[in-house]
Amino acid sequence: MASIAPTGFSEDGAPPISRRRLAYRHPLSRRINHWVNVIAVIMLLMTGLNIFNAHPALYWGQYGSEFDKPVLALRGESGKGVTHIGSHTIDTTGVLGWSGGENRGFPAWATIPGFRDLAAARNWHLFLAWVLILNGIAYFLFGLWNQHLRKDILPNRHDLAPSNIAHDITEHVKFKFPTGRDSNRYHVLQKFAYASLALVFLPGMVITGLSLSPGADAVFPGIVDLLGGRQSARTLHFVFMALTVGFIVVHVSLVLLAGFLNQMRSMITGWWAFDDDEVDPGIPTTLARKIAR
Amino acid sequence: MSGFNLTRRGLVLGGGGLLLASCDRLTSAPNTTDFLRRNGEAATYGWQRLIQSNQGLAREFTKADISPMFKANGSTDPQDDDYLDHVDENFQNWVLKIDGLVMRPLAIPLQQFRQLPVRTQITRHDCVEGWSAIGEWSGPQLGPLLQRTGLQPNARFIVIHCADTLDGEPAKGGDQSAGRYYESFDLVDAFHPQTILAHTMNGMPLTVPHGAPIRLRVERQLGYKQAKYVQRIEVVDRLDKFGMGKGGYWEDRGYEWYAGI
Repeated sequence: MASIAPTGFSEDGAPPISRRRLAYRHPLSRRINHWVNVIAVIMLLMTGLNIFNAHPALYWGQYGSEFDKPVLALRGESGKGVTHIGSHTIDTTGVLGWSGGENRGFPAWATIPGFRDLAAARNWHLFLAWVLILNGIAYFLFGLWNQHLRKDILPNRHDLAPSNIAHDITEHVKFKFPTGRDSNRYHVLQKFAYASLALVFLPGMVITGLSLSPGADAVFPGIVDLLGGRQSARTLHFVFMALTVGFIVVHVSLVLLAGFLNQMRSMITGWWAFDDDEVDPGIPTTLARKIAR
Repeated sequence: MSGFNLTRRGLVLGGGGLLLASCDRLTSAPNTTDFLRRNGEAATYGWQRLIQSNQGLAREFTKADISPMFKANGSTDPQDDDYLDHVDENFQNWVLKIDGLVMRPLAIPLQQFRQLPVRTQITRHDCVEGWSAIGEWSGPQLGPLLQRTGLQPNARFIVIHCADTLDGEPAKGGDQSAGRYYESFDLVDAFHPQTILAHTMNGMPLTVPHGAPIRLRVERQLGYKQAKYVQRIEVVDRLDKFGMGKGGYWEDRGYEWYAGI
């Protein structure tokens, strides 16, 4: 009766052996959201750094210019670039303050365009902000509709148990990644990372960005006050940018470490390969909505 | 494995370099940036005009909030012969003209202009470059002056003609070509209560770096819209016959005409 043996069992009824399977992890909407976001965020970042280079200093409060004390400033003079953070001064020649033989906040390779052009950088930045916002709205609508946000992204009670968090930290420190069935869900640190980006960092970028608009400030002055003033909002816009860059660095590193090709396949085709270690392949986890036999 | 990683990194970096080189050509191509600006600006103008009321005020501050030093940017010391003569005469012969598509053109000598009722407002000036400064501005509102001249039915914009020639601003990069400064606005901003022709700043007559003798304030837009050295306000039905046709000195050099963001 070999024909009725459950898949995964060997024909003589020995204990289950793991079998390579494909799980459908990311629907088309999410894959489109992801890659549109990749393009929008990277270009917003690089055009934003070009805009920043027009006045490479940050302040706290409503106002701030050359006559006021900055919280951060990139300055260059005769071949030497320095970064001022509060009362500290760091020599950053060649990268920040001075690069490519000129006084320049961020270097050419970090900006779009790769030369000083506030007008073009703003044209791109303000257009791409719409792409980011509309893409984000679509992500949230799909995520609420198919429960991706609730089931996969937001940590549940089990995730938040201190022992579980401690365990997940240990696993990450050991570079041990979930395998088998268990790879078909996000673990707590991963949930924190995605939730931070989707619910805090990117919405934070949009809110602080809109606060820089004098037209919007005339309608919602309270938001600017809440952020500590217009120049504080600009500083926080920069902080959320740095947090987003931090996310990207960690995210891309872990994608490389956790199996680059499989990760890329799942975000391009939707299908994630794993060694199935359970008897019945028919029961998907929250992330894997269906599993190919 | 590490060999593979290095190769991949090499590929990524090499590919990135190529991408960046073509990127610059793409990102600064006038057709591309025009497309982006037209659409981005239409969206900004659309949603801001939708949520703003026409009379909605920009935030006003108290004297305690005023910046100790207000940065002067763009033209700070115009070298145009005509303007220098006015400086020598202490603006005795400066005349503000309002004409174009109006019923009764106006020409107000500065002395008389300074006798008009004023609005005083302490507002934040947000430069497109990123810095801000708070100052107190006093001057007659533009709206009542336009009501005095009366508008013809086809009036749609106002063009602000200035006395200075500006040759760019190195901090901004991009097109740095010289040109006579001018600006333009729709009638919503022209009649906005905070749209004033300031002759006084922080309680003192306006100085040359800040636009003496008259500077326009349109508080819900960025700094480059706050035209200095205002000589003439022309009411028009279209903007394409002025400068390079985009409605202002910086607009002709790639910036948004509606600078609400």
